[in-house]
Amino acid sequence: MTTVFPDAIISKKPRAKIGRKIVLPMAIALTVIFCLAPILWQLLTSVKLNADIAAIPNVYFPTRYTLDHYRELFQRRPFLNYILNSAIVSFASTLLALGVGAPAAYALARLRLQGERWILAAVLIVTLFPPILLFLGLLEVVRYLQLGNNYLALIIPYTAINLPLTILVMRSFFQQLPKDLEDAAKVDGYSTPRMLLEIVLPMTIPALVTTGILTFISAWNEFIFALTFITREDMKTVPVAGAQLGGASPFEIPYGPLAAATVLGTIPLVLLVLFFQRRIVQGLTAGAVKG
Amino acid sequence: MDRKLELIDLKKAYTPKVVPVKNISLDVQQGEFLTLLGPSGCGKSTILRLIAGLEQPTSGRVMINGRDVSRLSPGDRNIAMVFQSYALYPHMTVYENIASGLKLRKTPHAEIKDRIREVADFLGLHELMDRKPSQLSGGQRQRVAVARALVRRPDLFLLDEPLSNLDALLREHVRAELKQLFGSQNAPIVYVTHDQTEAMTLSTKVAVLNNGYLQQLDRPDVIYSHPATQFVAGFIGSPQMNFLQVPCDDGNAYVGATIIPLPKGSTTPKSIVLGIRPEHVHLAQGQNEPILKGEVFLTENLGMHDLVSARIANATGEAMNVRAILPVHSGFRNGSTAGLAFPIEQIHWFDTTTGDRISNNPSPMMA
Repeated sequence: MTTVFPDAIISKKPRAKIGRKIVLPMAIALTVIFCLAPILWQLLTSVKLNADIAAIPNVYFPTRYTLDHYRELFQRRPFLNYILNSAIVSFASTLLALGVGAPAAYALARLRLQGERWILAAVLIVTLFPPILLFLGLLEVVRYLQLGNNYLALIIPYTAINLPLTILVMRSFFQQLPKDLEDAAKVDGYSTPRMLLEIVLPMTIPALVTTGILTFISAWNEFIFALTFITREDMKTVPVAGAQLGGASPFEIPYGPLAAATVLGTIPLVLLVLFFQRRIVQGLTAGAVKG
Repeated sequence: MDRKLELIDLKKAYTPKVVPVKNISLDVQQGEFLTLLGPSGCGKSTILRLIAGLEQPTSGRVMINGRDVSRLSPGDRNIAMVFQSYALYPHMTVYENIASGLKLRKTPHAEIKDRIREVADFLGLHELMDRKPSQLSGGQRQRVAVARALVRRPDLFLLDEPLSNLDALLREHVRAELKQLFGSQNAPIVYVTHDQTEAMTLSTKVAVLNNGYLQQLDRPDVIYSHPATQFVAGFIGSPQMNFLQVPCDDGNAYVGATIIPLPKGSTTPKSIVLGIRPEHVHLAQGQNEPILKGEVFLTENLGMHDLVSARIANATGEAMNVRAILPVHSGFRNGSTAGLAFPIEQIHWFDTTTGDRISNNPSPMMA
């Protein structure tokens, strides 16, 4: 072991201070800019005039603003309808994934099942499977079941793809949930269903919200299934609709409406996360057992 | 009706090799406070869980008030349990936590209120009623957990190491509180702990367990004065009892040059284990007692006493350590020689192989 002399510690201090006062904030600022720049660029583009969008040299920060691009999305195209479609599909698959996944996770965490390791391995393998490989097979299934142009054609695959993650996350959550609480409930006289609903479920909400948001985001952003299984114009989801925005001629790229569609497609997710963030943090700090 | 708990030949096996509870039979009568005491892994918590119905016994029966409850679910056994982690429902207020068991049993609303008021008076919980468990200190949570059990007025109380999460000062305080609280309860109480002080101070009866076996079931003072096995002798009492394995013949044991008579009528093989508590070893003052010369090698000041460790040689020249609690400033330096007296009436003898107590004076039978 090396001996650190007191003066060596003192001589190090100013440098450490410079590091903390200047380098650290700069590093943070750079990271934030690096992450946010594309989003900011889209946001600015969505409120620029067409002239400014096409201008050379680039107009980074416009001086004139317009909401025309947004107006176009809602007036000339049924964008509200697309958002509603996305919302229906995403909410339904999220609820379904939680409704099926959470009980499965509880059973895997609490019961001593035979072959539990095999079940978990199977669940894990599904997460490693690229959805694009499922796509052709699924297309046949959808056609056979005549689910084309039906929300179910999206809801069922989205649920299936997100179930493994839900199960794994919820299982590890249930495992760290103190078993004493369930025992106490049993001694108190709760029947198993009531115990699950009145004692376990309220404590599970933060974890449900966290995994639910992940499922929701993945369903909201999904493109290929939505593109193929839904062809009716009034049932399309936001990512598909956004990709299909076209100009009046093949040579025109409608940068403004595209940017506006991107922003619109993102905002619901941002709001959702911001709204539930508090809940997640609150849930994590509640003290069930010894502090 | 008299309330009582009986365990009949209770056994729990997870696999043929993992058997945490091995054929335990005991009973706890109305007004009795039984402590299950033992090192971790001795099966004491499993016994408690079997009584509660949180685990199913492999064989044997659990009887509460003469009724076989072995097949009943925990909620139907009319028991109340205090958990080590308190296990308060985090999303309910203190009031709701205490009321939950009564509400489930469809107790009339007015009676719930009355009973909770009574318990809250008892434990001083009135200001805390609207708080959530996360807003309580450790001691307060502990009292809420006790209140949740008391308010039920069950046939049986089960307490699973309820003090182990409190800091040392608070623990002593709450221990005294618990003794008063449960002293006024009629229902039998089963308490699990690994802390011998809690066992000695709280219980009317102590069951010492090791390895799934019941080692001794007796009053706390008898457990201390007449340990049934070497394990019990070593587990109860702090600092631990001295054990010296010494050679012997039919009437005497030989500790170095000293000859100590064995209890009459005991037939023993070549060697025997001599046990004596450090607090019973004292400085030789020329009385008619076996005296051993030892070389002091460590003196620890405990405040009230000194704990002196000395090395004595046995017949074959092997060194054996003896610890003695002596008055402070007895003036020993390392290397100095001390004459240690072993009062014969305080010596315990144990079989070398089985660890069983060898004695011609049977222990005063438990009440």
